[in-house]
Amino acid sequence: MGLLDAAVSRQNVLVTSVDSVLNWARLSSLWPMGFGLACCAIEMMATNASNYDLERFGIFPRSSPRQSDLMIVAGTVTMKMAERVVRLYEQMPEPRYVLSMGSCSNCGGPYWEHGYHVLKGVDRVIPVDVYVPGCPPRPEALIGGLMKIQELIRMEGLGISRSDALKKLAEADVDPQPLIEQARKQETA
Amino acid sequence: MEEGKILSNAVEESGAAYAVIHEKFGEAISAFDDNATMPFFEVQDTALWTDIALFMRDHPKLKFNYMACLSGVDYLEEGKLGIVVNLESLGVFSHRIAVKVKCPRDGGSIPSVAGVWHTANWHEREAYDMLGMPFDGHPDMRRILCPDDWEGWPLRKDYRVQESYHGIKVPY
Repeated sequence: MGLLDAAVSRQNVLVTSVDSVLNWARLSSLWPMGFGLACCAIEMMATNASNYDLERFGIFPRSSPRQSDLMIVAGTVTMKMAERVVRLYEQMPEPRYVLSMGSCSNCGGPYWEHGYHVLKGVDRVIPVDVYVPGCPPRPEALIGGLMKIQELIRMEGLGISRSDALKKLAEADVDPQPLIEQARKQETA
Repeated sequence: MEEGKILSNAVEESGAAYAVIHEKFGEAISAFDDNATMPFFEVQDTALWTDIALFMRDHPKLKFNYMACLSGVDYLEEGKLGIVVNLESLGVFSHRIAVKVKCPRDGGSIPSVAGVWHTANWHEREAYDMLGMPFDGHPDMRRILCPDDWEGWPLRKDYRVQESYHGIKVPY
């Protein structure tokens, strides 16, 4: 339930739970760390730029891990880079979120067998909340992943652990196929 | 070079350059391979490679002033490692030639030409990083791409990746 759905009584008085307000504030100003590792970073930059305009979600890249809530691992993580990624992750304040963008950071991508220098999935070194498939994913897919992170934040609350929130998120998952078909029907009607 | 074979102008120019080098170094270099793609010769006496390189760079009829590329090769069947050096003469002559230098696979080394063409510095470090033959006389002989404590030589044909690196599993 979003904040604006909460009951409004009298003028200028909004009745809602602390959880909702905190979550609304956090998910409306997700600050990712501004770093990219390979070609996925180009798509990430395109998503940040005016055509897809991530700032309408309050998403705005920060230049320091200490000011970031979210790490978008955009690109091929080499063995050399893996240790730096862990270090950057550890420098981020909690609560922090990790979005793995593209096949390389999900599972090694095209380097899965003969890429001796590539880490076969960034989840081997840091916990990942959302995986976005693609090589590289289109901006729409990245926005989809970011909205998934927002949903995850919405599932959180006082006394609810991250793993519980992830479970709740999985249960709340909606099959998009009927919705797509419904939209198509409306379009043709 | 076969007698009576018709060669393109470019290969003929390279052949003329080869003749100058052959006159000086004789049996230290192999016969000229006049293929049209990239004419080359091989250095038989590896120890002379730096001298040959200097001669090729400075001789008034050669002036190979530009090292376009230096690549490492693994000759597994021959038990050798080698390099292929592509040389050109920018702004002076239009001839170009490739030089192959080989060394034994186990414990062999190749003389460095980093002092002859500065471009060779990082190229040699890359060849060393990927194949593991050191270059004698190189000013800074260490890995360039892989981490310093990486095990093995990734572009050798019998390379097997290490199980873990700093506690992180490497294979898929």
